[in-house]
Amino acid sequence: MNTPAAAARGTASGTAPAAAYAYVALVAALLVGFPYIASSYQTILLSYGLVMAIAALAVNLLLGYTGLLSFGHSVYFGAAAYGAAFVVKYLHVVSMEAFLAGGLLSGLVIAAVFGFICVRYTKIFFSILTLALSQVGWSLALKLFWVTGGTDGIRVPTPVLLGGVFGAPDDKVVFLAHRYYYYVLAVFTVCAVLMWRIVQSPFGKSLQAIRDNEVRAESIGIRVRRARWFAFVLSGMFTGIAGVLWAPLNGLATPDVLYWPFSGELVFMTVMGGFHSFSGPIIGAVAFNYLKSYAVGRTEYWQLLLGVVFVVLVLVLPDGIMGAWTRLHRRTRREG
Amino acid sequence: MPLLAVEGLRKSFGDHRAVDGVDFSIEAQRLISLVGSNGAGKTTLVNLITGFLQPDEGRIVFDGQDVTRLPVYGRIKAGIARSFQLVNLFDALSVLDNVRLAIFSRDNKINQVMRLAERDRAAEAEAREVIGEFGLADKWSVAASGLAQGERKLLDVAVAYALRPKLILLDEPTSGVGTREKSFIMDRVEAVVRSGGLSAVIVEHDMDIVFKYSDRIVMMHEGRVLAEGTPQEIVRDERVAAMLGRREGERGE
Repeated sequence: MNTPAAAARGTASGTAPAAAYAYVALVAALLVGFPYIASSYQTILLSYGLVMAIAALAVNLLLGYTGLLSFGHSVYFGAAAYGAAFVVKYLHVVSMEAFLAGGLLSGLVIAAVFGFICVRYTKIFFSILTLALSQVGWSLALKLFWVTGGTDGIRVPTPVLLGGVFGAPDDKVVFLAHRYYYYVLAVFTVCAVLMWRIVQSPFGKSLQAIRDNEVRAESIGIRVRRARWFAFVLSGMFTGIAGVLWAPLNGLATPDVLYWPFSGELVFMTVMGGFHSFSGPIIGAVAFNYLKSYAVGRTEYWQLLLGVVFVVLVLVLPDGIMGAWTRLHRRTRREG
Repeated sequence: MPLLAVEGLRKSFGDHRAVDGVDFSIEAQRLISLVGSNGAGKTTLVNLITGFLQPDEGRIVFDGQDVTRLPVYGRIKAGIARSFQLVNLFDALSVLDNVRLAIFSRDNKINQVMRLAERDRAAEAEAREVIGEFGLADKWSVAASGLAQGERKLLDVAVAYALRPKLILLDEPTSGVGTREKSFIMDRVEAVVRSGGLSAVIVEHDMDIVFKYSDRIVMMHEGRVLAEGTPQEIVRDERVAAMLGRREGERGE
């Protein structure tokens, strides 16, 4: 996958090396075959990882490509999860596509409003504003309990996929580890391809230009604030899709998912994988998800463990896993 | 009708009047130098003309259109482009992408979301042509941060030129480079300005460059136009001679 920096170097041919296609094909085969080679638990865990990967890619649209660090993406994720839950609670519909429509609408509207306010600022002011606004969402979810269910949240049942063309949901674990896993994988693939095209488009290049030099971007006619807002809305929308996919996996939409530590986790995943590369956030999200699950299962001090990992990561691998991998790959090629 | 007419332009920063009632005009297809000591108001004037600053008073008429209140992108659409005193590039992007972005912006393609930038062969061909005109053909794939200072200056001008403006304002295009490179840069700038049929305003301190390349010279002092004319007229102007003499005297002391 092209990285922002590699894209920056501007390969005119536009062709990815054959090795990259081979990696993608290998990963695709592994993902498709995963439910047949791994346990249901591992498959569901990977579903969570893929859902988080969509959100991390969305965060990286702002962080890696536009140079804006959001500490408030939990609100788009959470609002979309609640959007799906509201479809069940108020419309009594349990169709996944209806969930997606409801969630997307919630994520999109909130991202459009919050983004309009936030993109007037940059750097720490932007980050703090995104954090503050997300906490407004969290407190509303907590306090408006007659709508949101308060701390108990709203139950999100196992949905019907594609109008029931693959049959009605049976055993929940079997459903989540097979049909729902493939649904998540398909949506993840579509989202990843769409976001890859966005960052390789003239608009995506303009975001990178804004990230590098806002004044210069303005001087060639790029409407900086409008482009940032558009990027913000896109980012919120994709995060919303992740939120909708997460809701049936979790079975509940609760205020926790709107709380700021979850925004921090999304940033953690993105940095862990490497925000200088397109695929970094995917690797980071999947790795973080496994790391957190195993840490929570092994020790009550799991937050301490994650904290240590994050500190080590920033000090030793500032470019994240993908950055380290790329460096290692280059060195191996040079020595070869 | 002049291409650009600046009428009674004023801009203050607190008590300091950076531009204090400037009037001047530029005919089409002319290369004008804007000279003056540090703090004379040259860069502020460039910022006012390009929309990076809004004037307190006065009017800017470009190509028959009052552009005084237009935002930066509106002036670019009208045909005004600029480069910067300190080189301003997209450092992580390649030379090709730096120029290509200007072309996308000019052609209203900058908001295309689903089309791959690299598939736009017309934009790439034009970007390569511009890069070639500025002598950077073999550097197209290099990140802008990897260029030498003189090359960065040239790319800065090339990005502005790729917007295909009618008027290009270059703020000290030769600052920070050696004497030989200065001539190289100015030869390139002059070639594209003359062959492209556009006008250029060049803010410059090197008087040898100014006299060699300019059709007209506008000398500023303390926010005002001190003198204006052809290089020959400027050489003979007593006010200019007095000011240059005073500057020489200050240096001698």
